[in-house]
Amino acid sequence: MYRGMFDRYGARGPWREMERFQREMERLLSNMAEPRLHRPASYPAMNVWTNNEGVVVTAELPGVEPEDIDISVVNDTLTVSGARRPDELKQGEKYHRRERNFGRFTRTFQLPFRVDADKVEAVFDKGVLQISLPRAEADKPRKIAIKAG
Amino acid sequence: MAEVTQELQVQDTEKQEVTSMSEAERTRDKKVYIPRADIYETNEDIYIVADMPGVDENSVEILLEKNVLTINGYVEPNIPENYSLSYAEYEVGDYQRSFTLSNLIDQDNIEATVKNGVLRLRLPKAGPAKARKITVKAA
Repeated sequence: MYRGMFDRYGARGPWREMERFQREMERLLSNMAEPRLHRPASYPAMNVWTNNEGVVVTAELPGVEPEDIDISVVNDTLTVSGARRPDELKQGEKYHRRERNFGRFTRTFQLPFRVDADKVEAVFDKGVLQISLPRAEADKPRKIAIKAG
Repeated sequence: MAEVTQELQVQDTEKQEVTSMSEAERTRDKKVYIPRADIYETNEDIYIVADMPGVDENSVEILLEKNVLTINGYVEPNIPENYSLSYAEYEVGDYQRSFTLSNLIDQDNIEATVKNGVLRLRLPKAGPAKARKITVKAA
């Protein structure tokens, strides 16, 4: 039996298998530790929180005025748009360093289910936007009662 | 206010994590980001403006030691109750950044405000550095 195993994988065969297994386990464990970060399609980056009742979308929009943010929802599509305005310098004032960027933005996001547009709520606090979107009643999973025959 | 026409690019807004190993080890088990900052100068003051979403006036700490100004922003992650994170594009963490000031700053009169997750520091220039207008007297 041993002989057969060594023949098939070569002398180091079992160890190589063990190493491969170990690498695989490490990969699985590191994936469990934190959800993988996806690259945003456009500004702003968004995080999506879900349960059976609805979805919560958050985005960091530092320096954006709440009145400059537009949110719209159609069926299962969320659109967030707005503008980040630059500081306006007066004559004789000059920048030494500019790392903050400005401009208009539009982000369209496909939600995992249809939402009740009338019940969508948004809060903007400390430069963080949080939008709560309750799932549409018609879209919720239903328990089907079985009638006695 | 002037119309903003430029498009905000996502690659210009990514968060950058602090990687420096020279800092003392942190006691909070959390990522630390370098806030993006603008620095500009007016006749009287130097302004530092830093993006720190999730920070307000109670969670920012500004330390001045010798000529080094250090900004610390502590962020309590806001996790929606009973929800689980199903898709992520950004992470939440604290902020830290240091700036070396010149001697020409009036260190006792630094002012700080936070609004919409943006920290704004006003560093008044000390007497001699101010642009002074010299009046020419009639002889």
